[in-house]
Amino acid sequence: MSWVGRSIRRVEDPTLLRGAGMFVGDIGGAAAVRFVRSPVASGLIGAVRGPAYTIEDLDADGVGTIEAVLHRPDYVRLAQPLLARERVRYVGEPVAVVVGDTAAEAEDLAEQVELDIEPLPAAVGIDGALATGAPLVHPDESDSNVMVAGEMATPGLAEALDRAHAVVDLEIVSGRQAALPLEARGSHAVTERFGGRTTLHASIQAPHMVRTVICDLLGMPEADLRVVAPDVGGAFGQKLPLAREDAIVVWLSRRLGRPVAWIEDRNENLMASWHSREQRYRLRAGFDAEAHLESLQADVVANVGAWPCYPITWGVEPLMALAELPGPYTLEHYGVRSRGVATHTCPMSPYRGVSRPAITLALERLMDVAAPRLGLDPVEIRRRNLQSDFPHTSPTGLRHDEGTYREAMELAVRHVDLGAFRSRQHAARSAGGPQPGIGICTFSERTGYGTPAFAARAMGVTPGYENVELSMDPSGYVTARIGASPHGQGLETALSQIVADEVGTDPGRVRVVASDTDRTPYGWGSFASRAMVLAGGATYLAAQQLATQLGSVAAEVLEAAADDIVLADGRATVAGTSVGVDIADLARIAHHHTQRLPAGAMPGLAVQAGYDPAGTFSNACHVAEVDVDPDTGGVSVRRFVVVEDAGRLINPMIVDGQIRGGVVQGIANALLEEIVYDEDGNILTTSLMDYLPPTVAEIPDIEILHLETLSDATVTGAKGVGEGGTIGAPAAVLNAVNDALAHLGVELNEMPATPERVREAVRTATGTPAG
Amino acid sequence: MTEISPADVAVPVVLRVNGTDHRVSAEPRRTLADTLREDCGLTGTHLGCEHGVCGACTVLLDGEPVRSCLLFAVQAQGAEIRTVEGLAGDDGTLHPLQEAFWRHHGLQCGFCTPGFLMLSAGVLETRPDIGDDELREALSSNLCRCTGYQTIVEAVRSVRDAAGA
Repeated sequence: MSWVGRSIRRVEDPTLLRGAGMFVGDIGGAAAVRFVRSPVASGLIGAVRGPAYTIEDLDADGVGTIEAVLHRPDYVRLAQPLLARERVRYVGEPVAVVVGDTAAEAEDLAEQVELDIEPLPAAVGIDGALATGAPLVHPDESDSNVMVAGEMATPGLAEALDRAHAVVDLEIVSGRQAALPLEARGSHAVTERFGGRTTLHASIQAPHMVRTVICDLLGMPEADLRVVAPDVGGAFGQKLPLAREDAIVVWLSRRLGRPVAWIEDRNENLMASWHSREQRYRLRAGFDAEAHLESLQADVVANVGAWPCYPITWGVEPLMALAELPGPYTLEHYGVRSRGVATHTCPMSPYRGVSRPAITLALERLMDVAAPRLGLDPVEIRRRNLQSDFPHTSPTGLRHDEGTYREAMELAVRHVDLGAFRSRQHAARSAGGPQPGIGICTFSERTGYGTPAFAARAMGVTPGYENVELSMDPSGYVTARIGASPHGQGLETALSQIVADEVGTDPGRVRVVASDTDRTPYGWGSFASRAMVLAGGATYLAAQQLATQLGSVAAEVLEAAADDIVLADGRATVAGTSVGVDIADLARIAHHHTQRLPAGAMPGLAVQAGYDPAGTFSNACHVAEVDVDPDTGGVSVRRFVVVEDAGRLINPMIVDGQIRGGVVQGIANALLEEIVYDEDGNILTTSLMDYLPPTVAEIPDIEILHLETLSDATVTGAKGVGEGGTIGAPAAVLNAVNDALAHLGVELNEMPATPERVREAVRTATGTPAG
Repeated sequence: MTEISPADVAVPVVLRVNGTDHRVSAEPRRTLADTLREDCGLTGTHLGCEHGVCGACTVLLDGEPVRSCLLFAVQAQGAEIRTVEGLAGDDGTLHPLQEAFWRHHGLQCGFCTPGFLMLSAGVLETRPDIGDDELREALSSNLCRCTGYQTIVEAVRSVRDAAGA
C-alpha cells in the first residue's frame, strides 16, 4: 500500500488546533522594540530628537548595508542602510528605533521622538516616476528612476507584426496589493550572557538565508547566530526577503544584552512591510488568418517602490514578466522591454505568483479581446494556440516539460457546461438586472526550479538546491532534517508520506525537523512553489539511500541477497518468502550490534541528499462565473472551477487546500484588494477597513478537478502547486466581468475591478455621464 | 513620562477563564487580548489586526463570541471567558470542532484557527440548527488567508449535522 497519493490528516494540526502553536508573539519575556517611521514620502532628515537609536548608532557599531545584487549592466546597485540615512523615501520607512519594557511603553516612547524632515516632491505612480524631471528616488546613484531594464527581441518580429492578419493593441493594469499574512511580521532575539551567542526567532520563510545576511551585516560568524522560524502565520512571499527590522532586533539584543522583540502591527504591515503587483503592460499582438498568435511585442513597467528586497532584488517582477510572458502559447516572434521603476512608495517583494497574475491577466485578456475580432469564441482561440508538442521551448528559451494545456481547458469547459451557461446568459440579457458572465484562463506555472533558473537571472545570490538529512534512530523512527522552511503548507505531512513509502514504514514514525539553523542542513526555505519539488525530491533521494542501508543490514541478518529484501509495513522480508525481520529490530542492530553489520559498513543509519533540478511547469485552467450589476458595479463570483495538473499528487487534500487558498487570494486580487496612495505619496489603505481581504461571504465553493501528468523533470513526478490559484484566478474573473458586460461594449482591463471601475467602464462604453 | 493618567495605573482584575480565576493587575487601557496572552499565559488567542476586523482574537464572553482586542480586561471582570485552550476535554480529547477542522483540512498556518474555533463554538452553542446561509454569514465575521474558507465551512457544518443527527 502506498502512502503517497492519500489524503492523510496533517501531523501539523493538533498543536495548532489546541492553540498551543508557538508564533513569535507568543514567546514573550522580552523588551518591546518600536520603529519610528517616516510620515512623509520623500524628504531630507534633519535632527532626530528623543530616546531613540538612529543610523548614527548603527554606523558607530560598524553595521553594514544591504546589497541586493543582479549582475546586469542595466541594474542600479544600491547600498541600503538598516535605518534611513539623510533621506526618507517612503511613508513608513524606519528612521529610528526605541526600546521599552512593554509594547505600550515603547509606543509612548516612540511618540516622544521628534523627526525634523524637510519634505520634498515625491514620485508615486509609474507615470509620475517616468516623467521628465520626475523627483528621483536615488538621486546620488541614478539620474533616472529606472532601476532595471531588460530588453529582447527575436529576429523578424517587426516583419511578423507587419504581415499579421489582425493586430490587437491592449493595455493592462494591475493594482498594488499586499500579501497580508494574518500574522504580521515579527522577531525576538536573545543573546546569551556568556559566550555571546544569539538566538533569533522570526516570522520568516528562509531562516538560513536570513542568518547569513544578518551575520554579514553585523560582522559576526554564522556559528554565533541561531535563526528559528517558529510557527509562522502565513507568509505568501512577504516574509521571504530580509526584514531590516529583524537585523536591528539582533543588533539591539547584542548591544543591550537583554531579550528584545518587535511584533509588527497591522498598520505597519500594510504601510511598511512589502507590497506587490503594481504593473502595466502594453501589448501589440499579431494573429494570422487562422487566429494563431504569431507575434507579440510588449512594454512592461513595474513600480518597484523605494528599495530592492534581499536577495530577490527589485528585478524579480519586471524580469519574470520579460521571461515568462509568452505563457502557455506557441508564440514564434516575441519582443519585450520590461522596466522596474523606483518610486517613493513601500518596497516590493514577491507575493504568491509574483508577476504571473499580471502576466496571465495580460495574455488571457489578449485572447478574449482578440477572439471576437477573429470570429472565434474564447475556447477556440485558445485551442488553436496552446502548446501541445512537448518539450516546448519558448521564445525566451524556457523548456516546458509535458503539460495538459488543451486537455485541462476542454475538461473545464465540459465540466461547467458552457452551452447551458450561454442559454442562461441569453435569457438574462433580455431580463435586465445583474448580468452573468463567464471567464476562462489557461496558464502555466513555472515551479520547482533550482539554481540554474536563479543563476540565469544573474542574481548575486542564487537560491536553488535543497538538502535533507535523514536518519533512523534505534527505535526505528525516522527523522528528516530539511533546509526548506514550511509555514502552514503541510510539507511535514507530505514528506512523511514519501519517506514512509521508500523505507517501508508508517508516516507516524517519521518526524520532520525544519526552520531551525542549528538543527537543519543549509537550505533556502519555502517559496516559489518549490518545497514539494525540491525538499520532496531531496527527501525521496535520501529515503532511497536509507532503504539501501536498511536493505544491506537486513541482508546480513536474514542471510539473503540485498536485492531480494523488500521493505514494507514495518518489516524487511526476503522477496517471495515469509522470512523477515522488523525494521525497528534492524535499527537497533545498526546502532547497538554493529558487529553484525558487513565488514567495513558504517555504524548507524544516516544519509543525506541534495536536489537541484532545472524546474518544471504545472498547468491549469480556471473558469469563473460571475454576476455583474451594471447599475452598481458590484460583482459576485457565483462559481469557480479549477482543472489543475500538478503532476503526481503526494497528498491530494493538501494540494486542494493550496489551490483553494490561492484562488481566493486571486479573486480578491481581481475584485477587492488594492493599496492606494494619494499623489503626495501618502498611503490611504492602512487598516482592514480600507484594504479589503475577502471573507467567506464573497467566495463561492471552488470545484477542483485533477489531471496528473507525471513530470520527468522531477524525481517524484510532482510539480509545484503553491501559486497556481493566485496566478489564474484574476484573469478568469476579469474575463468573466468583461463577458457579463460585453453586450454593452465594456472593456475593462484593470484589476482590481472595483465597483467604481466597473461603473466607470460601463459609463465609458454606454456614453452615460457620471451621476 | 510627563503625566500619569488614571488609565496608566494598574488595578486588580479577576478574570474567570476556562473555569479558572486569574488574579491579574491590569491598566484600565489594557485589552482583554493582551491580558489573556501576557498575564494569563493563554497565547492561543491571537492578534491579527488589533482593530476588530480579522477576528483572530475571538473568545467567548458569557457564551457570546467577542473580539478580545476591542474589550478592556476590566470590562470582562465577572464574566465567564472561554478561549481555545478550554475547548478540548480535561483528558486532552479534542472538541468535535477541533476534530472536524483537522478532518476537513480547515486550517493551514493555524493563526486564524483559534478565532474560528471560538466563533464556531459560540454560534453552534446558541444556534445548533443554524441554516447554511446563516452559518456562512456568521463565519464571515473572521478572516482566514490560507484556506479559502470552504473547508472551514464544511468542518463547522459537519459538527452541526452530527449534533442534530
